[in-house]
Parts: sequence; structure tokens; C-alpha cells
Amino acid sequence: MGSSTETIRDLTQQDYKWGFVTDIESERVPRGLTEDTIRLISAKKREPAFMLDWRLKAFRHWSSLEKAQAEPQWANVHYGPIDYQDIIYYSAPKQKPSLKSLNELDPEILRTYEKLGIPLAEQQRLAGVAVDAVFDSVSVATTFKEKLGELGIVFCSFSEAVEKYPDLVRQYLGTVVPHTDNFFAALNAAVFSDGSFVYVPKGVRCPMELSTYFRINAAETGQFERTLIIADEGAYVSYLEGCTAPIRDENQLHAAVVELVALDNAQIKYSTVQNWYPGDKQGRGGIYNFVTKRGKCAGRNSKISWTQVETGSAITWKYPGCILQGDNSVGEFYSVALTNNYQQADTGTKMIHLGKNTRSTIVSKGISAGHGQNTYRGMVKILKGATGARNYTQCDSLLIGDQCGAHTFPYIEVKNSTARMEHEASTSKIGENQIFYLQQRGLKAEEAVSMIVNGFCKQVFRELPMEFAVEAQKLLGISLEGSVG
Amino acid sequence: MAVQTAQLESYLESFTDFVRATAPETPAWLRDLRDTAFARFCEVGFPTTRNEDWRFTNISALARIPFRPARETDRVVAASLASSHLAAWHMENALSRLVFIDGLFVPALSTIGALPQGVVIDSLRNQIAQRPAFVAEHLGRYLDTVRDPFCALNTAFLEDGAFVHVPRGIALERPIHLLFVSTAGPAHTPTMTHPRNLIIAEEEAQAAIFEDYVSFGAEIHAFSNAVTELVARGNSNIEHFLIEREHLQSFNFSTLRIEQARSANVASHSLLAGGALVRNNVHPVLAGEGGECLINGLFIGSGRQHLDNYMLVEHASPHCASRQFYNGILDQHAHGVFHGRIIVHKNAQKTDAKQTNRNLLLADDAQIDTKPQLEIYADDVKCTHGATIGQIEDNALFYLRARGIGEIEARRLLLEAFAGECLGRIKSGPARDYAQAVVEARLFALATPAPSPAGAAETKERNWEEVG
Repeated sequence: MGSSTETIRDLTQQDYKWGFVTDIESERVPRGLTEDTIRLISAKKREPAFMLDWRLKAFRHWSSLEKAQAEPQWANVHYGPIDYQDIIYYSAPKQKPSLKSLNELDPEILRTYEKLGIPLAEQQRLAGVAVDAVFDSVSVATTFKEKLGELGIVFCSFSEAVEKYPDLVRQYLGTVVPHTDNFFAALNAAVFSDGSFVYVPKGVRCPMELSTYFRINAAETGQFERTLIIADEGAYVSYLEGCTAPIRDENQLHAAVVELVALDNAQIKYSTVQNWYPGDKQGRGGIYNFVTKRGKCAGRNSKISWTQVETGSAITWKYPGCILQGDNSVGEFYSVALTNNYQQADTGTKMIHLGKNTRSTIVSKGISAGHGQNTYRGMVKILKGATGARNYTQCDSLLIGDQCGAHTFPYIEVKNSTARMEHEASTSKIGENQIFYLQQRGLKAEEAVSMIVNGFCKQVFRELPMEFAVEAQKLLGISLEGSVG
Repeated sequence: MAVQTAQLESYLESFTDFVRATAPETPAWLRDLRDTAFARFCEVGFPTTRNEDWRFTNISALARIPFRPARETDRVVAASLASSHLAAWHMENALSRLVFIDGLFVPALSTIGALPQGVVIDSLRNQIAQRPAFVAEHLGRYLDTVRDPFCALNTAFLEDGAFVHVPRGIALERPIHLLFVSTAGPAHTPTMTHPRNLIIAEEEAQAAIFEDYVSFGAEIHAFSNAVTELVARGNSNIEHFLIEREHLQSFNFSTLRIEQARSANVASHSLLAGGALVRNNVHPVLAGEGGECLINGLFIGSGRQHLDNYMLVEHASPHCASRQFYNGILDQHAHGVFHGRIIVHKNAQKTDAKQTNRNLLLADDAQIDTKPQLEIYADDVKCTHGATIGQIEDNALFYLRARGIGEIEARRLLLEAFAGECLGRIKSGPARDYAQAVVEARLFALATPAPSPAGAAETKERNWEEVG
């Protein structure tokens, strides 16, 4: 076991590759959060009045929660108090008011994205993925806009959507995650700076993967983006997001909200590869990733599928869920969450069955290494009207090393007798005999572990779009090389 | 909060009376134990659904009823019951039968029988008087009165219950039957009882202990809040049973705290069939290496019953195995809760823990909330849990009907098969026969469609949550 233990150590102690800082001028608002901050953010973005009202309403709600000390404490994660007045809520790269093309973008930013492996300019040429890149608080570039425009698909930054499609924004904003939903959702609603907006019109199948790349660059800032995706009747869209941040000693807050709406026969596939800076080996620094993601299958036969690979962040607090309102709608959740060093993750999903014959599938794979604490927390709620609802849940945990923990907290609430649901969970470590078997066949311990871990996660990776699956596998390998129990 | 305060005052009054009434016979250590527990109860009060452990069970209806401890005089009246009144709950082949009326031991109705050398089966009250040092050594030592206010309340009003001591190497082949009868008393006022049992099995001892909760007389609100502390020393082999079948105005809360030493083997079987609001806590701690623990349960609810099962299995030592199997059958407006939690402590390597909860919902208004949890701090473990919720299979029903079996009979057979999984895990023969008879009677009532007038009467009752 000696060599394999070392291998694990090597693997688990790999450095974070995306920790560089880009030196660009940025425009920030003063530290702290008051009504004035919100008015300032709103003014900077030249928002219509309804947005400002909405933000202020959210801010007042958040303030009352903060006064009541209602910041959620129930999650199985531990961190010091967050000083919400010590955060800069808006930071934007200085730029010309409106960009005509990528050529006008600050070359430093472009270089950053190239380092991250997302050459925007190149991608514009190659067929494939349309990218919206969010740098600190604002969206800096969206590619392929014209091509998508021909089909009537709107894919742009949230600010642009507010400006150009205020009616759509007004109709759907906050319908899935209202500003009163929870503490961090309220905070996000008050101060969110940008994000992506997607609208796929009736009967259109989006021909390419849409993608957003989030990057926190500036120090002492929080990132609060908001994504809204609407798939109209019979539409299909697949959306990817990726995230990184530079290495810093202090903790940075990331509180995002994602809302998905699928109307009749529509289908949305949402994939995330989250690799925020996880903190160093002693657990210093790292991103607090407190995210609210929810999709509403509003129409009949609609489908929303979440796939996530969570390898980054010091603390992850994230429950992408589905409200299955339309009859025969389908919700899916596939997740791989990895915690290493002192990372903590409390993640899972919520499936709320309202409509008849709604179905949901949950597959969650948790991997804990080092001192990591990994928690699956999921809720399956089958309400009275959900006749014939069906749920299948599987959550497996893999333990690597003897300092880590894996926890499972499922909540199953069934109020309809025709419901069928199954829940299975298991926790184990990588078997010594499995590693022995592979080593016997000439694989190094490290490769063996990587192979076993990848096998463990295969069910989830299969759900990812091709390019992402490869990236996710690599990422997992890097975050975890040598993790033989 | 106002309700809480008023309630606590009523309990304070009861406690003061209780302390005064029992003062002459109470040793100082017991007084301290009660006082500390009562102080703790006053501090935390009754839990609300905001408390994670009580998320699915609203007890505000219970908190609002001014329960009083059953008075000595009431008990005297109750004790005028003849043993023929208790014939319905007679267990064949029992080694001893201890009868408790409203929480107090009634020797006239009990039979201890011939016991092997050194075995003590008695009331706790007698033992506190006769062997205070031995009892003080164990009583209240294992129970968590800090987290659970009902355990604190039981300890505050601790007075009587069963005491079982099986010395080293003795195997009791026949079960010990403990019958707890709650009566309406002559005053017909809501009464509460707090039975407290202490079971100590020394090394290599073997025994089966049966706790049976029943009601007698008029259906008025009654609150039984029982606690059993079970100490299983090295290599001992203990089976514990709990049957709850009080009438439908009863609140029954019970806690079984098991302390297992090296290689001890303990099985806990519970069967919840009666009661309006029932909460069954089972909390084994596997403190010695190589311990094995089986927690097996069946809950069958109908009407407006609320049956809550709260399991907490703590693996505190390496090489232990635990198994939890809970089956639930819920009809009409019944609400079932399964809360299973396995904690594997840091040093408990090579733990093998398994948890399964299966539920059958027979009616549209029946409801189940299940929360199987794993908390694992060791790395070399094998833990699984599973939960399923479903209905009686149409195919299975069709299969039986195609072979000429009537629908009611077919449903009963399928329910019995589902319940049979649990009964099959009982090792002691007489105990299994006894439990089976209870289950069969209960399932027969479920499988037979209720006549409509009963349904009309039912609508008058309100759901616990609506009351709260």
C-alpha cells in the first residue's frame, strides 16, 4: 500500500493550475452593501425602473433576514462569519461602452481565456460552442450571436437582455427562484451584476452547445451572477458553464442564481464544471460557492436535466432542483462532487413532483479525499396531485484516506399512494483488491486509482457533452491523482 | 411560546406534587437525577418541527393537553382489575409476566415464576429500595437527556418500571413479558405515565424481553413516555421487543437506549400498530469491538395515526455490524415517518452498516416521510441505505385472483407477506408467535374495507398537523 498511498498523496496535492491573476484595470463600486450600492449598480447598468424596484425589494428582504440572523446554518459545512459589508459587489473590466466584435475586447482578458483553454476568437471560427464569458461581474464577450440570431435564439449577457428584451426578463425573472427563496438568493437578487440569458423560441432546436465561462479575477469582490434560460414550446437547448478563480488567501463569495423554464415539450440540459479556487492545502482561502439553481418544468412533457462536476470551491452549497409541474415532465440530476484537502461540499438536489406521471432520476457520486467533507443532501417530494410519480435515487460515496468524511441526508416525502420511489446509497473506500488487480496487470497505482474513480463516475460523465466529459475526467484526475485508499 | 410556558407550568406543578409524594422513599442520588433532568426539560421545552429531529412530527397537540401523572388513588382503583381482564394480552410460554397499571407495578397481577440462580426480574421501584448501589450505578448513565426532552421528562418523573438482571452465562429460554396497561382511571382526565426499565445482561447472558403497551377502559387522552436502558455486556445475546397497540387517543413515546460491549449481539424488534401519535426511538451504541445489532421494525397505520420511527445507530468501535430493516404499511390518512441515522465515528474502521426502509401506501391520503442518513467519519467502511415507497403490486394481486382467491383475501396475503419479512427476523419462537397474532389481527382489519359509518366518524377527528 506504501506506493499507492504516496501516489494518492501526490495526486491529492496537485496545485491549482488556474490560479493566476490578470492585470487589467477594473472599475469597482465602493466596498459594502447599502441601498445606495444597489442604486449605483443599477444605474451603472442603465436598468429600467422595474429592475431597480425588484432589486430593492430583494435587498429589503435580505436585510430583514440578516437582521434576524437567518443566514442558513443547517448545512453540514463550517466556516467563519461572512462580513457582508466587507465585499465589493461590483467590479468590471474598464471597457468601451459596447463591443462590436471580439477584436475590441481588452487583449489581457482574451489572453486570460486563452490560458483557461477558451480561445474565444478561435471558437468563433470553429463550429461548435457558443461562449458567453463573464469576467468578475460583467459579461465580456458572447460569440456566435449572429448565427444563433438567425434561428431566433437569444443568447446574450443578462444586462443586454434587460436592455433589449425587457418583456421576457420581466415575465420570467424570479418565477423559479423568487427573491424570498433563501438568504443567498435574496442577496443575489439585490446585487447581481450580470450573467447569461437564453431564450429558445418555439420548436427550435439549438444547433450548438451554449456555454458560459465565469471567472473571478479581482480581489475582495464577490461574484453574483444570474442566469435565466427559457425554452419555449418544443425547444431544445444544451447549456454549459465553467468556472475558475485566481489563488488568494482570503475567501471570496460566489452567490449565483440559475433559473430554467421549460414550457410544453421543451428540453433543457444544463451542465456545470465547477472549478473555483478550492483553497490551499491548509484550507486557507478559496471560494465560498453558495448557489441556488432551479428549473421549472412548467409545461407538459418537458424535461430538465442537470449535470454537474464539482471539484473546486472551499465550500460548496448547491442544490440544483426541478419543479415538475407539467404532466409527464422529467427531471434529472447527475452529479460528481469531489472534496480534497479541507474542502467541504454540501450538495444534492430537490425534485418536487406536482404533475401527473412525473419522473425524476438522481445519480450522485461523492468522492472525499484528504480532510474533505462531502455531503449529499437531497429532497424528493411527491405531492398529492402527482399521481403515478416515479423517482429513482442513487447516491454513492467513495472515501480516499482516513481523515475525510462522507455523509448522506436524503429527505423523502410522499403524499400520494400511487408514487413509486426507490432510494439507494452506499459508502465505501476503493478496494485494495481492485487496485491490486489493476496493478497486477501492469498499471501504476496512480493509474489504477484514476481508472477506478473514473469508473465510479462514469454514469455521470456519460451525461456530459463530449468536450466537457473529457475535461471533467482530466480535472478529476488532477484533483485526485493517487487517491488509493 | 405562550402555550409552551403555560404547559411547562402545568408540568412544574405536577413535578412539585410528584417530588412531595415520593419524598420519603427517594434516595438523594435519585432526587439529584430527577432534578437535573427536570431542569433540562424546562430549559429546552417541547420540540417544534423546526428541530431537525422532529421535522415531520408536530407534537403541539400533545403539548397543549394538561396531562397529570396517574395518582396513587387512581392506581388503587385500577389495581382492582382482575387478571381475567388481562386475558387478551396473555403470552403463552412466558417465563415471567410483570404487569404495570398506569406505570406502577402490580404484584397481584404478575407472575415471576421460577428463575435460575442469580436472575432478578422485579420492579425498578423495589430494586431502588433493595439494591440502591447497584441500580444507581446504571440508571440514567447511558440515556441522552440533553438532546431529547422526552427522555429528560421520563427521568424527571422516574418512579417505576421493570428491572431485569441476567447474570453471567445464564440463558433464559423463555421470554419475559412486560405488560404496560394504561387506564382511564376513575377521574377520566388525561393522564401521563413514565415507565422506566433497566435491563442488564452480563457476559454471555441470553434473554428475550417483551414490552407490550396496551390500553384498558374508556378512550381518553393518555400519554405514555417510556424509556428502557439496555446494557449488553460482552458476548451477551439479547432480543428486545416493543409492541405498541394502545387505543387511538393515546400518545406513546418510547426510547430504547442500548449499550453494547464487545461481541454482544442485540436485536430490537418493534411493532407499532396502535396509538394516535407514536414516536419510537431506538438508539444503540456499539461501544465494543465486534458487536452486532439488528433493528427490525414494522409500523402499520390507518385512520389518522401518526407513527414516527427514529433510529440512531452509533458505531463507536471497529469491526461492528448493524442492520436496520423497517417496513411500513399506511392506509387511510395515516402518516408514517422513518428517520434512520447511522453515525460511524472516526475509529470505527471495518464497520458494516445497512439500513433499509420499505413502505406500502394503501390509500391516497396516506403519507410517508423517510429520511435515511449516513454520517461517516471513518474511511474503511461498508455502509448502504435504501428506501422504497410503493403500492400493492397489481400483478401479484392478479396472480392470486386468477387462482380463485378473493380480492380481500389476496390483499391480506400480500400484506402478510410484506409484514412477514419483519416477523421472520425474530429468533425467539414464542415471541414470534405472539407478535404474529398481533400483526395478523391488525392486517385483517386493514384488508377488509371499512363500513362507511366508521368513515363518517373518522372525519370528526383532525389531523395532528391541522391541530398544530
